[in-house]
Amino acid sequence: MKRYMVFFFTFVVAIVFADIKIGVLLPLTGGISAFGEWTKKGIELAREQRPTVLGEKVVLVYADTRSEKTEAANAMARLTDKEKVVAVIGEIASSNSMAAAEIAENRKVPQVAVTSTNPLVTQGKKFVSRVCFIDPLQGTALAEFAANTLKARKVTIFVDIEQDYSVGLTNYFIERFEGKYKGNVQKVQYKSGDQEFSAQISQAIAFGSDVIMFTGYYNEIALAAQQARSMGYKGYFIAGDGADAPELIKIGGKAVEGLYFTTHYVPEAAKTKKAKDFVESFKKKYGTLPAMNAALGYDAYMLILDAIERAKSKDPVKINNAIRSTKNFEGVSGLITIDENGNAIKPVVIVQVKNGKFTYVTSIEPAQLK
Amino acid sequence: MSLNPTILIQNLLNGLMVGGLYALIAVGYTMVYGILRLINFAFGDVMVMGIYFAYYGATLIRLSFPLAVTVSLAGTALLGIVIDRLAYKPLRNSPRISALITAIGVSFFIESFAVVFFGPNYKPFLDALENKTIAFESFVIGNVYLPKIIFIILGITAIALFILFVIVYRTKIGMAMRAISADIPTTSLMGINVDNVIGFTFAISSALAALAGVMWALRYPSFYPYTGFVPGLKAFIAAVFGGIGSIGGAVVGGILLGVIEMMIITLFPTLMQYKDAFAFIILIVILLVKPAGLLGKRTVEKV
Repeated sequence: MKRYMVFFFTFVVAIVFADIKIGVLLPLTGGISAFGEWTKKGIELAREQRPTVLGEKVVLVYADTRSEKTEAANAMARLTDKEKVVAVIGEIASSNSMAAAEIAENRKVPQVAVTSTNPLVTQGKKFVSRVCFIDPLQGTALAEFAANTLKARKVTIFVDIEQDYSVGLTNYFIERFEGKYKGNVQKVQYKSGDQEFSAQISQAIAFGSDVIMFTGYYNEIALAAQQARSMGYKGYFIAGDGADAPELIKIGGKAVEGLYFTTHYVPEAAKTKKAKDFVESFKKKYGTLPAMNAALGYDAYMLILDAIERAKSKDPVKINNAIRSTKNFEGVSGLITIDENGNAIKPVVIVQVKNGKFTYVTSIEPAQLK
Repeated sequence: MSLNPTILIQNLLNGLMVGGLYALIAVGYTMVYGILRLINFAFGDVMVMGIYFAYYGATLIRLSFPLAVTVSLAGTALLGIVIDRLAYKPLRNSPRISALITAIGVSFFIESFAVVFFGPNYKPFLDALENKTIAFESFVIGNVYLPKIIFIILGITAIALFILFVIVYRTKIGMAMRAISADIPTTSLMGINVDNVIGFTFAISSALAALAGVMWALRYPSFYPYTGFVPGLKAFIAAVFGGIGSIGGAVVGGILLGVIEMMIITLFPTLMQYKDAFAFIILIVILLVKPAGLLGKRTVEKV
């Protein structure tokens, strides 16, 4: 009897002092697991610095998407239905975020995507937001950079046809670039997980490309860059934020030296006190500089907690309304304002691989790209 | 697109290289099949273990690269023997389908083991190399660029296959292997320890798979526990293509498969996204037209 009493007591305590559960949907294994790992590091640091909200403890529930769409949807359903989380941070890849978003929408649980930049992630959805800019901006920035700074006239784009992010970014780039130099862009295709790119590279070389652009993710970019150099390609490499993981350099080595890419954040560009403090505390905890995903994961967590505080409630719908009305929230990756479509409006950062390190080149404000 | 000869030569070499690697793994499939009538689906995974052993030998224990590869070959040979003893030997006299299912189980086991022990993430193989630019150095003749790594891989593959042929056709143990593949009971009546010879076959074929793995990682220097899946599957197709059970067939099948794959996407770049499908189309065609494979012997199974 006594034992049952103890059980009953813990049960009551658990209900009264229930924690606030936040789901974290990340690719912790598979093709883009480096993004997942970095994001996790950022979120863990954020939770360490701010473990409670509304006087209750925040509990993070992790769900691995294995870098796949179907698994992303399954994991999301697990978070909302079984774990009953009040909000979800994630995913990274646009395709995976979109698969999960259907469920977020259906269950009315707010989802905050970290670096999913395809416009379709939030389009027409009420419960999906993100802490990053979107691809029309990124594609335009890349096109301007290629045309003006690199003086590119012939561009071959490597499109990962399995990723909505890649297909979308490619189209936005072409839209802008073809506006200046018509017929000077060529697309070649591959699939996530491919390792052999020599046929595509031959095409790029035969086209006389002075720029090869990769719109996929770091692993394939690193391999393709090596093969391109071994086949005598001498021009520039550029890429979108899918390249932004330190693993790019680890896998690609000297072949990715000089590659330019657009992204959301680079520790060097930290100006505000908050941003500098983040870099310091990240270095203290992990012994390395934060990668882009760490900063955005950190921001996503802090933004959700801020929203819960403003909503003064654990009700997912109220939290969602608070997330959607975020104005000038000070994140470590810059000021975040969520617009009526759930997208953040932020500058595009351009980074170059130099001496085996990511080096800040410049930032482009959204207004400059109109 | 205008097809210039440079591109043709580059991709032909590339196809030869990939085909050579397929051949190395296919030889393993075919040898084990020849002897046990068992398709060991775990060869793709043995190949990945070979990469992991070499990687950790060079990074963790800090061996020189050639030594790390040697250790890796020895380790995978041992792994091959252990797999045979634990998973296949108890099933020698069971229906063939049981052994086949076990092979799939072994494959899953190795993959999961690698996920738990080595982690699920891509590892950069460059860490294991002293020469970090080897993957993209090339010989330049005029304005033709020929990647060095391709020649290295082709050379090593040729040497490995030569040694294999010497073992199989010029040594006592090779003769025993061939005898077993013809008739197991009679061979054992001749005083040959069948289990030891089968163990030796697994050791050789696993070491070849590991060698293929290390070279695969030299060319594509990023790997994770599932890296062996596609090459393993392609090698299996290559073995069937060439005539399963025939070592020469596996070599021819592997090289042809590699070259055909590469040439189709070179000549028809728009088909690029279907690259992996060609191997299966070839498999279907060969099964329809010449079920015994290119160099296979048609045998009538007596019931």
